[in-house]
Amino acid sequence: MPEEINLEIYNADPLTEDVSDEATKAAPKTYASGVPAGDTAAESQADLSAEMKALGDAYAQALRNGAPAEIQPRLDYPPYRSSVLRHPTKDLHHADPETIELYSPAFGHMDVHALEADLTIQHNGEPLGERIVVSGRVLDGDGRPVAGQLVEIWQANSAGRYIHKRDQHPAPLDPNFTGVGRCITGADGSYRFTTIKPGAYPWKNHLNAWRPAHIHFSLFGQEFTQRIVTQMYFPGDQLFPLDPIYQSIVDQDARDRLVATYNHEQTKPEWALAYNWDIVLTGSKRTWTENEALGEAGDDNE
Amino acid sequence: MNKASMSKLTPTPGQTVGPFYGYALPFTKDRELLAPGSPGSIRLQGVVYDGAGHPIPDAILEIWQADAEGNVPHHTGSLVRDGYTFTGFGRSAVGNTGVFTFTTVNPGPTDDDAAPFISVAVFARGLMNRLFTRIYLPENEKALAADPLLSSLDPERRKTLIARRDADGGLTWDVRLQGEGETVFLDFEGSSK
Repeated sequence: MPEEINLEIYNADPLTEDVSDEATKAAPKTYASGVPAGDTAAESQADLSAEMKALGDAYAQALRNGAPAEIQPRLDYPPYRSSVLRHPTKDLHHADPETIELYSPAFGHMDVHALEADLTIQHNGEPLGERIVVSGRVLDGDGRPVAGQLVEIWQANSAGRYIHKRDQHPAPLDPNFTGVGRCITGADGSYRFTTIKPGAYPWKNHLNAWRPAHIHFSLFGQEFTQRIVTQMYFPGDQLFPLDPIYQSIVDQDARDRLVATYNHEQTKPEWALAYNWDIVLTGSKRTWTENEALGEAGDDNE
Repeated sequence: MNKASMSKLTPTPGQTVGPFYGYALPFTKDRELLAPGSPGSIRLQGVVYDGAGHPIPDAILEIWQADAEGNVPHHTGSLVRDGYTFTGFGRSAVGNTGVFTFTTVNPGPTDDDAAPFISVAVFARGLMNRLFTRIYLPENEKALAADPLLSSLDPERRKTLIARRDADGGLTWDVRLQGEGETVFLDFEGSSK
């Protein structure tokens, strides 16, 4: 909830997305009339798009040659400049999950209040923007609902501004919108948030870099190995081909798994547009007890 | 039978946590699995480094562990801690100098001969997907030698998963995302080699 924002973190030194990175040290720090000053050192979208196209073409060729589809983002994806020094260069080491890894932290309604799923009622007034309802189910790789687990979201406001102090994008903050929500999944793995459609967000990966509108999602499964943080996108966004973070998933089918579907049947007249997005975690590695297999909600009896 | 091969649905891809998790993911007492100063409490700390050896200021770590007796916790209440219940889960964003800190207990062995470890998930701006790893306690050398994961690693890499014991009884363990001393990160999917 907004009143629990950790002010130490919120008030950290102002810093835009990539100012601390060597690659963009020379990037403009201030905007005037929406045009970055002193942008001669910044790389162009054309440069980045050419790099992304080369990687995409190579992947398409590999697929034709029989390589398996890649279902996760590449950890090593140089067009996202901040990833260059932040990805392991050695292969991930295969391990069979053991003991603690085969279980998940338990969350319940003592952790999360039902009202935290509505991001439009956290302040005294209505936030500005397009009200939306985002709902779906969290499933494991075997198709079982992930019941009684924590879903956390955060996002920019309708103007594309995050409340975080490090966001120096000169778009307005909305005093009625924080952009943080939580919920606990139902017995069928369902979640549901009421929020505002986030705006596109400019960052400094390169000159004129804009993130497609997105909502950050953090998910727990029934096993810690299923833990993921990801981003949900909106259908038809024109920024998809230009965005190195979306493009770090080189496989189109895999990218499509991050894009919500507009649902007119669930759209509420005179009130809110509805989007659906189901999330699939990895498969279970544990032998389940009968109660778990029946989809009993988590330990929530306290 | 390898259960991973039974998966019917393709997992949703991960994406970077980005730079702005700071007003969303942290919560009150997120890094205090028990109250500092409680009997048996220890400090677990470390630094997250990038491939140039610089501390990074925008990473966030999660730990998940057994209690001191080696039992896997099943209690809710990690987000709203009651001050008494050990839930086994903690979250710590690093500060400007890349340092993370938890107050926790030494996990007990989950089986008689098992080497106790803490499970870790690492998230950062610039890191495309979360990384899993483990923090082993340094003491029980016999158990460490018999551990299936550690014994599959060469000595230099193995060291990256074993914490140092501090003079005050705490644990120090650093994360190196890339380069010299790169931490061993784990893949739980697919079959063993």
